[in-house]
Amino acid sequence: MRERFLTGYNDFVLPFMIGMVFILTYCIIAMIRIIAQLPKEDRRRFFISLVTPKTVAKNIKDIFCDCLLHVKLWKRNKLLGYMHSSIAFGWFMLIVVGHIEVLLYTPHRAKLFYYPIFFRYFVAETESTMKGAVLFFLMDFFLLVVLSGIALAIIKRIRSRMFGMRRTTNPSFLDLVGLYSLWSIFPLRLLAEGFTADISGGSFLTKSLNHVFTSFLSDHANMLPSWWAYSCALGIFFCVLPFTRYMHIPSEILLIPLRNAGIRIHNARKGLAKAQVYSCPSCGLCIDACPMGVQKANIRDTTVYLNRQIRRRNEARIEEISDKCLLCGKCTAICPVGVEGDKLRIAQRSIRKYGINPDYSGIDTSSMRTGKAGKVLYYAGCMTSLTPSIRKSMESLLRKAGVDYELMDKDGSICCGRPMWMAGRFDQARQMMEKNTAIIMDSGADTLLLTCPICYRIFKEKYRLDGVKVVHHTEFIDGLISEGRLKVEHGQAKYVFHDPCELGRGCGIYEQPRNVLLRAGTLVEAAKNRKESICCGGSVGSLTLGFDKRKPMTENALQNLTCASPDVIVTACPLCLDTFRRYSDRKVEDIAETIDRNTSIN
Amino acid sequence: MGNIFGFNISPSSTVNLDNIDLTLFDRLHEIEPDAWKCMSCGSCSATCPAGRFSGMSLRKVLHNLQRGKEKEAVRMLKCCMLCGKCNIVCPRGINTRHLILSICKLYKED
Amino acid sequence: MKDNIVIVGGGIAGLEAARQLLKLGYSPIIVEKEDHLGGHVAKWHCLFPDMTPASEIVSGLIEAAGQANIFLNTEISFMNRLKDSYNIMLSNGVSVIAKVVLFTTGFSVFDASRKEEYGYGVYDQVMTNSDLEQWFNTGKDQRIENADMNAVGFVHCVGSRDEKARNPQCSKVCCITAVKQAIEMKKRFPDAMIYCFYMDLRMFGKKYEDFYIAAQRDFGIRFIRGRVSEVSENIDGRVIVKAEDTLAGKPVKVTLDLLVLMAGMVCNPDCGSLAGMISIQTDTDGFFKSRDNIADITSSMKDGIYFAGACTGPKTVPETLAEARSAALEIHTYINR
Repeated sequence: MRERFLTGYNDFVLPFMIGMVFILTYCIIAMIRIIAQLPKEDRRRFFISLVTPKTVAKNIKDIFCDCLLHVKLWKRNKLLGYMHSSIAFGWFMLIVVGHIEVLLYTPHRAKLFYYPIFFRYFVAETESTMKGAVLFFLMDFFLLVVLSGIALAIIKRIRSRMFGMRRTTNPSFLDLVGLYSLWSIFPLRLLAEGFTADISGGSFLTKSLNHVFTSFLSDHANMLPSWWAYSCALGIFFCVLPFTRYMHIPSEILLIPLRNAGIRIHNARKGLAKAQVYSCPSCGLCIDACPMGVQKANIRDTTVYLNRQIRRRNEARIEEISDKCLLCGKCTAICPVGVEGDKLRIAQRSIRKYGINPDYSGIDTSSMRTGKAGKVLYYAGCMTSLTPSIRKSMESLLRKAGVDYELMDKDGSICCGRPMWMAGRFDQARQMMEKNTAIIMDSGADTLLLTCPICYRIFKEKYRLDGVKVVHHTEFIDGLISEGRLKVEHGQAKYVFHDPCELGRGCGIYEQPRNVLLRAGTLVEAAKNRKESICCGGSVGSLTLGFDKRKPMTENALQNLTCASPDVIVTACPLCLDTFRRYSDRKVEDIAETIDRNTSIN
Repeated sequence: MGNIFGFNISPSSTVNLDNIDLTLFDRLHEIEPDAWKCMSCGSCSATCPAGRFSGMSLRKVLHNLQRGKEKEAVRMLKCCMLCGKCNIVCPRGINTRHLILSICKLYKED
Repeated sequence: MKDNIVIVGGGIAGLEAARQLLKLGYSPIIVEKEDHLGGHVAKWHCLFPDMTPASEIVSGLIEAAGQANIFLNTEISFMNRLKDSYNIMLSNGVSVIAKVVLFTTGFSVFDASRKEEYGYGVYDQVMTNSDLEQWFNTGKDQRIENADMNAVGFVHCVGSRDEKARNPQCSKVCCITAVKQAIEMKKRFPDAMIYCFYMDLRMFGKKYEDFYIAAQRDFGIRFIRGRVSEVSENIDGRVIVKAEDTLAGKPVKVTLDLLVLMAGMVCNPDCGSLAGMISIQTDTDGFFKSRDNIADITSSMKDGIYFAGACTGPKTVPETLAEARSAALEIHTYINR
């Protein structure tokens, strides 16, 4: 291998170099800004995580698996996974092998940025070496891989259903510029290397192409324009990248270590929120996932559009999108890059200015203190007081199992604070939490039992109740059964369990309710269950969705639940129960009712 | 106003519908059309957990705002916990939580 | 006479229409899905405002309509339109070609357990208006036998005027029924305190207002303007009702020995399927849609299909009977046109 040009330079590298310098500067500045925007505590935590071997290993693994191999997408749909990993991993390998070539054959050029990219233009093959052949083969192979990915990407634009996606996003103008430049990079590279292959050498792809070209386009004058075109495509892609969805490529590399450091969203637009917004690849998986998607009008209110509007700083739309959401968290659960659509929206809600600020300091909780120190304190919560069947069954179960319990909200209560938290009014929510904490700590209970997942989530996540175990009734009943304190008779009924958003995706409780139901009868699964269960539509998360607008969502969720034709729909949330009962064609009940019916007194 | 011939003259308690200024309420109605939908059944007030501590009553808040008595309404909303019970019991299907948040945004404490 | 008339539903509307048609010389066929005639009224005890025993009205009608062809325990399994008549297949295997079909399918009583917060089916001491009428008739009900009746509450508008119950219309008769039942309860338990929780009292009919005045003045029934929103149960099984006394602007709480839910009228679920068979329309409330709600309430959009009674919306007994008569006359004119 020898160099063709003493200078090792040609003007056509300029577009690429301009693009490259621009994007690198942009990314470095953006990264520094995001890190600087983190709260002091988070920043410290982030830096520590960067030197902790465990998190470093996890970062590297996650970046490799998520950014290059797209493991999550493979799990969703093989074709979609292949499309993404072929482009990302193939391109990555082209860069790696390109660098190896430079290091092997022209090590003195290694400091030139563009050299590995345009290597074939600058060298001429003197003799075929084994090493060269292997590397050439690898280069052609990975180019083919990338090209196959691009071909799939073009097909996906036309037929997204093949990739398991019903609906995709509408790209913006700059997204289209980025898209077309990305699509053209690799065919142009093939063309350029094809024209050059008789000089620089090549393998099965480029060499063969060269033979085709020489038969009717033998002039080497074609070579330079194709290299120019290739460089321009790269340059354009890099220059528009920060303003397109492709910004997700560099952002995700920052987002992964931030996430692994355990950092949370503190500011609606800065720091982690910004990293998440820019990491959104606009893939549109959240569109199909969103329970509001049953109505076409709501499609533009999904997380991908929220991210787009935040990038555009369109405040009116940001407010509309973030207030409408049910906060079911399904988009977060399925997002391949880890954008937390629900938390991002709560953060947007938290920056609203209000003229009236509730204040609960005047509330006297002394009348709510429970008299005797029951070992189990049962907080039914606001919603459960409107679904008396849950409370009655739960109390009956507690009595049957001989549990010493005390009701915390026999005569009214202070709200747990979760609905207020969801509305983004953190100070007000914290005030309620303080009041409740005082009542609970005062009661001397060692277990706090909840029948409402909305309460459960905030008690679990945000309350500091030292020495008090917070349990949801699904966990508690499961515990009572496995301890042998409740004897459940196996019946004939066929049950399906609806995972309430706050219980499943919110707190990760999927197994306990299923364990419990398996003892009472046959359990079938909904079409979409667990992490992908569909919100009932009654969520307190949405601020603007009116009663009538929720009906299609509930009907869609019911259709999903009844696909295996169960006799009874069982849930573990008073709000899901209330919502489903309104429209269901079959019995809907809480898990406590099911078990109470199937339990005899010990 | 002073004491005139032994009669104390105080501002009239009549709600004068000719003079009330409903600009803010009209804006509220634009944001949340349900603002005029209430039939004063009292479900929300009966179920309200805050009502017990502060006399909070969404029915009264709306009624007061419709009659131009803003001060009274604002005072009551100070105890709302946004729990959403009123949303569930309302027979007219009013989106009470959005209504409350919109009032909190538009109107001001003094 | 060879022109067959099929009356779907053997409630008071169907019976009255049959009576009139018999008088006009026709021999109508009544198809009733239950095992008795008289529909909901047959299960009622007394009718407002004169406390006429319901059984008197129903037995009078049954006697007068006795000459008609009556199929009990029979439903319409299939129905389609021929050129100027209807082909009807009954569930007992009989097939009829009818020139005229009169729908008197009536209403269904709202399932009170769907108003979860009132605890019907959950708490022991909660019953519905129909349960109470049944007790008036039979004298048998655990809920009343087992308790001292010191305080009884009536909740108006259960499943009526309620978008959450998917039933926004007013059921028309519950206000006066509640007043009637409250008086009857007071007569049986003179020492009991009786409360009516209402949103609006709609006393539109003849002598209703007198009835209401009597309830207030002579029977001391307490009317509280406020919709009950929460019911809980005491340790002793009594129920605690929470409402707002909207006139006082204060929340009220009262412990009751019995809570009666005035379940409203909703459309008969058969409306939809019957309408589908011959493609006639149902209204947004699920009841059949008349050709005109003012001028032509008993006619449908299709020739030969008529309505009478509560199948087009909530009706009182006298309204139903009047409609049945007018439908009979309409049918007579239609056949002899």
